[in-house]
Amino acid sequence: MSGAAPLSFYIHIPYCVKRCGYCDFNTYTPSELKDGGTLAEVSGDYIDLLLKEVEQAAREVPHALPVPTIFFGGGTPTLMEPADLGRVLNAIESSFGFAPDIEITIEANPDTVTLEKLQALRQIGINRISFGMQSAVPHVLHVLDRTHNPENVAKATNWAREAGFEHVSVDLIYGIPGESIADWQKSIDTALSLPIDHISAYALIVETGTKLANQVKRGEIVMPDDDETADKYLLADSAFRSAGFEWYELSNWARTGGQCRHNVAYWLGANWWGLGPGAHSHIDGKRWWNVKHPTAYRDRMIVGESPAQDSETLSAEEKESERIMLAIRMPAGIPLATLDSPAHDRLLPYVTSGALDESAWQAGSVVLTASGRLIADRIVREILL
Amino acid sequence: MPAIPLAKAPQPSATDPAQIRNFCIIAHIDHGKSTLADRMLGITEVVEQRNMRAQYLDRMDIERERGITIKSQAVRLPWRSGIDGKEYILNMIDTPGHVDFTYEVSRSLAACEGAILLVDCAQGIEAQTLANLYLAMENNLTIIPVLNKIDLPAAQPEKFAEELAKLIGCKPEDCLRVSGKTGDGVVELLDQIVELIPAPVGDANAPARALIFDSVYDTYRGVVTYVRVVDGHLSTRDQIQMFSTGVRHEMLEVGVISPEPVVSKGLGVGEVGYVITGVKDVRQSRVGDTITTYNHPAQTALAGYKDPKPMVFSGLFPLDGADYPLLREALDKLQLNDAALVFEPESSAALGFGFRCGFLGLLHMEIVRERLEREAGLSLISTAPSVVYRVFRDDGKEMIVTNPSEFPDGKIARVDEPIVRATVLAPAEFIGTIMELCQERRGTLLGMDYLSEDRVEIRYTLPLAEIVFDFFDQLKSRTKGYASLDYEPIGEAEGDLVKVDILLQGEHVDAFSAIVHKDKAYAYGVMMTSKLRELIPRQQFEVPIQAAIGSRIIARESIRAIRKDVLAKCYGGDISRKRKLLEKQKEGKKRMKMVGRVEVPQEAFIAALTTDADADKAKKAK
Repeated sequence: MSGAAPLSFYIHIPYCVKRCGYCDFNTYTPSELKDGGTLAEVSGDYIDLLLKEVEQAAREVPHALPVPTIFFGGGTPTLMEPADLGRVLNAIESSFGFAPDIEITIEANPDTVTLEKLQALRQIGINRISFGMQSAVPHVLHVLDRTHNPENVAKATNWAREAGFEHVSVDLIYGIPGESIADWQKSIDTALSLPIDHISAYALIVETGTKLANQVKRGEIVMPDDDETADKYLLADSAFRSAGFEWYELSNWARTGGQCRHNVAYWLGANWWGLGPGAHSHIDGKRWWNVKHPTAYRDRMIVGESPAQDSETLSAEEKESERIMLAIRMPAGIPLATLDSPAHDRLLPYVTSGALDESAWQAGSVVLTASGRLIADRIVREILL
Repeated sequence: MPAIPLAKAPQPSATDPAQIRNFCIIAHIDHGKSTLADRMLGITEVVEQRNMRAQYLDRMDIERERGITIKSQAVRLPWRSGIDGKEYILNMIDTPGHVDFTYEVSRSLAACEGAILLVDCAQGIEAQTLANLYLAMENNLTIIPVLNKIDLPAAQPEKFAEELAKLIGCKPEDCLRVSGKTGDGVVELLDQIVELIPAPVGDANAPARALIFDSVYDTYRGVVTYVRVVDGHLSTRDQIQMFSTGVRHEMLEVGVISPEPVVSKGLGVGEVGYVITGVKDVRQSRVGDTITTYNHPAQTALAGYKDPKPMVFSGLFPLDGADYPLLREALDKLQLNDAALVFEPESSAALGFGFRCGFLGLLHMEIVRERLEREAGLSLISTAPSVVYRVFRDDGKEMIVTNPSEFPDGKIARVDEPIVRATVLAPAEFIGTIMELCQERRGTLLGMDYLSEDRVEIRYTLPLAEIVFDFFDQLKSRTKGYASLDYEPIGEAEGDLVKVDILLQGEHVDAFSAIVHKDKAYAYGVMMTSKLRELIPRQQFEVPIQAAIGSRIIARESIRAIRKDVLAKCYGGDISRKRKLLEKQKEGKKRMKMVGRVEVPQEAFIAALTTDADADKAKKAK
C-alpha cells in the first residue's frame, strides 16, 4: 500500500462495565472475558498490543502523511488510564507525525468522568470529547438500560469546557419505546442548553442479537411507529437549526467549526487505520477488519501476526456504490453530472415530492431536504438499482 | 394352495372367457384399497413376499404420498377357486378415486363385469364412493359389498352393513368382512369374485374391438395403452386403428401386467392387458376410445367415448421469469401423459409470461402444479381458479371466458356459468351447517335422504365457481372433517355475475380480477383491498387501492407514503455492511413486479392469491 495521504486512526477500547440492552458494539465486560475478572486483569497488556499494531501500521503504510484525526471509541475508552491512552498517541505521533491542527476525540460516559480525569485526558492531547447522553428522561434511559442520572451530563460537559476541550458533543437517541414527543422535546431542549458545539442524534436501531431485539421479539417491548420517529427527526432538525446547529451529515449537527473531522473523513472515503479487535480500516480502496474477540486479537499480536481477519478490495462499481451512499448523507450531496440520465429520470419524482432540494437540483446537485433525509436509503437504491 | 404358479396358469391370448373375471374396487381414499390390492397380490403369489412393498401398484411419488390413485392399472391374478377347484384369471382393474376423474372411472368400470364396493367399517361410505357406486350400477356391474378394516377397534360392521345393504338392495349379511391389513377374509373374497361376477361375453370371431381404459406415457416405451378386449382378438404385428382419430398404428407389443409386464402373443375376448404402438403422446391413444384392426375393422365403436373437457382454469406463472421456457417444456412433457391437461400462453402485466391451463377439477390442478414443481424443479405462482363462463353480449355475440381478465367490458346481455349437482354425505348433526354453507354459495336444495339413522345424503345444485372457491375446505372445517363431497356437471345456468377489478394507483392488476356474484362483489372488493394494503410495502407516494365494477368503485383503501427508510448510523465499520445490504436489496428489487409506478413484491402476489385455507395447508405441510 502506498497510502501517500493523510492517515487517520481509530482506536478501539473493547471494554464496558456493563452492556446496555440496545448495544451491539464489539465490547465486553471484564467478567465476560474472564470469570470474576477485573478490568485491570483483562486489560492489563491491552495498550502494549495496540502499540504493536501501530508498529505494523508504520511498516504497512510508510508513506502516510501526518495524522489529521484520531478517535478513541468503544466500548468505554474512559475506563482506561489517560496515561495509557497517551502512550498510544505518542507511538502514533512518533511513527507518522501529527498534523498541526490534529483533532483527537474520545467517547465518554457522563457518569464515569471527573474534572480531574477530564483534565488528564486534555493533558495528553485529546481536544474533542463526545458524551453518551442518549436522553434527558429517566424512564426512556431505563428502556435503553442506561443508568446515568441526566444531571450528570450538564456537570460533565461543563467540566469538559473547564478542562479546556475545544469541542464538546453529545449523542442522543430517539424513537425509543415509551418515548413520547414531549419526552424527545425535553431531551432536545436539555441538549441545547449545554455548552456544546456538536450533536449526534440517532433513531434507535434494533440490532439482532441484542437484549432489546429479544424483548421486541417476545413482544415485551413494542417499537414506536416509523411515522412518529420520522416526526421526531424533523422536530430535532428544526430545533437544532434554530439553535445554530446545521446538519453536516444525516444524523449529525454542528455549530460552525464544530464538525467532527474524523467522521467526515470516513464519509469522504479517506484513509484510516483502525487499531484493536474488530476495528475496520480503509486504505486506497482496500478495506479490512480485525479479528473480533479481544483474546483472538491478543493471540495474533503476541506472535507478531496481522490481526486482520479478512479484507476486500473494492471494485470500481463498489467504490461508486459507497460514494453515492455516503455522499447523499451530506449537504453537498451528489453532483448530477456524475449520474446517468436514467438515474436523473428516476430521481425527478423525488424533486416533485419534496424529498430532494429543488434549488440544489437546478444548480446541478442531488441534495436531500429534511424529509428526504428520512428516506435516504430509498433514494440511494433508486440511483443504484 | 389356491394360488397357481404363473407358468402353469391359463395363458394370455388363449384363456377361455368363461375362466375370466374382470373386476374393479370402488373405495374412498383411506378406505384401504391399496392395502387390499397388495394383499391380493400376495395371496395369489404374483408378487413374491420378498419383493412386496406397500401400495405396490401406485407408481407415482404423489400417488404414494397422498395415498390416492391418479392412474389406473390392471393386474392379472391367476386363482384356483376354493369352491369348485377350477382355475380362473382375475383381472383387477384399479380405478382412480377422485371426482375430477369421473370419466376415467367410468371407462374403468366399463371394462369390468363386477365391482367390489370397499368401505372402511369405521367410517362408512363417502360421497365419492357413492357416486362411483351409482356409476357402476348404471353400467350393470355386479356389486360385491365388502367391509374393510374389521380389525380396527372402532369398527362398526353391523352399522355399515345396514347402510350398504340399503344402498345396493342386498341383505346386511351379504356384506363380506375383510381386513386388508391382516389378510382376514381375502381368500373368501377372491372365491366370491369367481362365484358372483359374470364371465365376460363377446364374439371371438367378430372384428376386434377393444376399449382403452387407460393410457400412460413411459419414457422408454412411449405410450402404454391399457385395453379390455370385447370382441375378436388382438395379435402382435396386427395393424390397429383408433376409432376417434382413424389413425393407424403398428402394434409393437402386446402383454399383460402380472404385476410386471409379461409379453404375450395377443389378447382374446374378455382379456385385459396392454398394447404398445410407439406413439409418444397419450392424446393419440385416448381413454374411452375403441381399438380395432386395420385389416378387419369393426363397423361401430364401443359406446361412451368422450373428449376430456377442462372445467377449471388457472394461470401458472414462473416465479423467475427466466424459467418460462422450462415451464413450457415441463407442461409439454406432462401433457404426454395427461390428455385432460390443456394450456396456452398467457401474459399478465403483473406476473409476466405464463400459461393459462385447463384442468378437470381442483385436485387435477393441484396435482399438475405439484408435478411441475417437483419434477421440473419450478417455483410457480398460480392465479385464482376460474370456471368457464359463456358471455352473451348485447350485440348477440357469444364468447367463452376462462380468464377474468378477458371478461368483456361492454354491455352484457347475459352470463351463463357451469352448474353441478353436488352430493354431500355427513353425520345428521351437521345438516344445518351444510345447508347454511350451500345457501351461502347460491345452492338449491334437491333433496335429502337418510343413509342410516344418523347419516344423511344431501343433494344440491351449485354453481361450479362456488365449489372451486374453497367450498370443500369450508365444508371440511365446518363439519369437523366428517362430510364428504361429490359433484358432477349438469349444465349451465344464467348467473347474476360481475367482474371485479383491482386497481393499484389507478392501474388494473389483471391477476386479481375475479368474476363473482353481484351480491358478493363488495365483500370480494373489501377483502382484496384490505389484504393488499397489508401486503404491499409503503411507497414513495400514497397508493390508492380500489376495487371496481367497470368504472364504479366499490371499495377503497390506501397505502400511506413511506416517511422513514434510512439507517441512522454509518461509521467506519458500517460502510462495508451497508454496501453489502445494498447488494442484497438489489436482488430483492429484481423480484419486485412493477404495477405502473408501484413496486409490488412477489411475496405479496403469492399471499394475495392464496386463500386462507391454502395458507393453513402450507403451514401444516411445513
